[in-house]
Amino acid sequence: MPSKKNNYKLMQGNEAVAQGAIDGGVRFFAGYPITPATEIAEILSNKLPEVGGKFIQMEDEIGSIAAIIGASIGGVKSLTATSGPGFSLMQENIGFACIAEIPIVIVNVMRGGPSTGLPTSPSQGDVMQARWGTHGDHPIIVLSASNVYQAYLLTIKAINFSEKYRNPVILLLDEVVAHMRARVLLPKKDEIEVLERIKPTVPPEWYVPYENNLTGVPPMAAFGDGYRYHVTGLVHDEKGFPTSKPDEVERGLRRIFEKIEKGFHEICMVKYHYLEDADFCIVAYGSVVLSSLSAIEELRKEGIKVGLLELNTLFPFPRFAFDKVLNFGIKGFLVPEMNLGQIYREVVRVTERKVPVKKFNKIYGELITPDEIIKEIKKF
Amino acid sequence: MKERVEIRLAGTGGQGLITAGIILAEAAILDGKNVVQSQSYGPEARGGASKAEVIISDREIYYPKTSNPDILLAMSQEACNKYFNDLKPGGILIVDSTFITNVPSSSAYQIPITKMTIEKLKKPVFANIVALGILCEITKIVTRKSLTKAVLERVPEAFIEQNKKALQLGFRLAKKELKNRKEPEEFTADE
Repeated sequence: MPSKKNNYKLMQGNEAVAQGAIDGGVRFFAGYPITPATEIAEILSNKLPEVGGKFIQMEDEIGSIAAIIGASIGGVKSLTATSGPGFSLMQENIGFACIAEIPIVIVNVMRGGPSTGLPTSPSQGDVMQARWGTHGDHPIIVLSASNVYQAYLLTIKAINFSEKYRNPVILLLDEVVAHMRARVLLPKKDEIEVLERIKPTVPPEWYVPYENNLTGVPPMAAFGDGYRYHVTGLVHDEKGFPTSKPDEVERGLRRIFEKIEKGFHEICMVKYHYLEDADFCIVAYGSVVLSSLSAIEELRKEGIKVGLLELNTLFPFPRFAFDKVLNFGIKGFLVPEMNLGQIYREVVRVTERKVPVKKFNKIYGELITPDEIIKEIKKF
Repeated sequence: MKERVEIRLAGTGGQGLITAGIILAEAAILDGKNVVQSQSYGPEARGGASKAEVIISDREIYYPKTSNPDILLAMSQEACNKYFNDLKPGGILIVDSTFITNVPSSSAYQIPITKMTIEKLKKPVFANIVALGILCEITKIVTRKSLTKAVLERVPEAFIEQNKKALQLGFRLAKKELKNRKEPEEFTADE
């Protein structure tokens, strides 16, 4: 309960993202308004100038992501926020940021789709798009926030991961988390870890922009720092120039996957709720986590032992967590989602159906209720 | 208090009910409670039925939606019709009788909120704050002190005095209504 001095604040999910962006060091935002993500842009248009940052409303989402890529190459932490239709428009340049290894954060507040879809009801339909929306084999990090406080923390994590691994990071929210307000107590500034990208220390003439090293992440020079190098969407050699030499292509592409694999355990964030003694495990992410926790409270009152595996990282998929949960002696998994089973299929893949895996899906733009989860668990 | 109290404020877009929901939530935080607030979002927010929901609890709140509110404040006939059936059995219904003539329950608190606001404060825009004062006095879901503080922190400085008056008006109207409704003396056969 609160201390004498009540520092709790009422905060909206989108507001938490905006505050996380500021506290995580973002100083450039380019975007195009779209419900249910608009508040992020609206708030940052006020807050960024106050901290010496820049806000620009672009002509569309293609321009928005292009602008944050440019700003990031210029050495500034950059973020954009959008929803389904805008996220679709951004896909091509997400791939560009992957291959050119440019740190950017894209916040996608999911609403019902496809196309214009169900503005602006909640959905989790963009999970696989976040993983595979841009063409070509590519590494990506996808995080998912389940509540307002997490929206704040995971925005900072997303910024940190993008800077550390030089890769785009996608933060998924759904409309429920984005628009709900909750009581939060934000950590103090000195309790927050904020990472900066590694810059080259060699003289400009020695700089090899895409050179492999132990981490797999080459230091990144900012445009204007005096380091001249080539940035392209073509597969390139260590110097950044296009190549189709098989060994250079193979080496370059493997490295951008391996750098993420090296950070696998840091990147993959999950929470285990009530699982030690559980017979059944709910696997959830986003606002469905909230419904699941309410359902578990009720089920446990009835003596039904249910736990929850909360996924804060969706990709890379936290497969190790499932081994751990299976070791608890779980008899079955339930994967409730506001789509037709996008993470369900991942769960089936990593558990190899060692125990039954069931799905529960709702796609008409309403949050799954605790009662619905309770009913599904009782069917086991 | 109960583990989880769900409040729905429903009316027409423009009546300030979402602001009222936010203020109520902030008052609950000042009381040291846990709180979640949400609102309906979509075409109906523009002139149609609009609603804000607040959940207050001493414990952690997970599921953020209300399906069966304990308290319903209805500020339009349409909202009253639409949401009355969701009200929990024994739940509290407060209606603005300025707009609601067809009251679905005899146990409803009927107060001409908007009419009295115009009469006393000259403008209908303060009706949401008057309604909050009434809600506070009848349900005791938040303390007067916290509600007053939350209102004054939210509103622009130029309107502080009028908002104070609006809250006071709400408290008074509720008291009057509570007095009028006082249960008749219990009748016992011995007498």
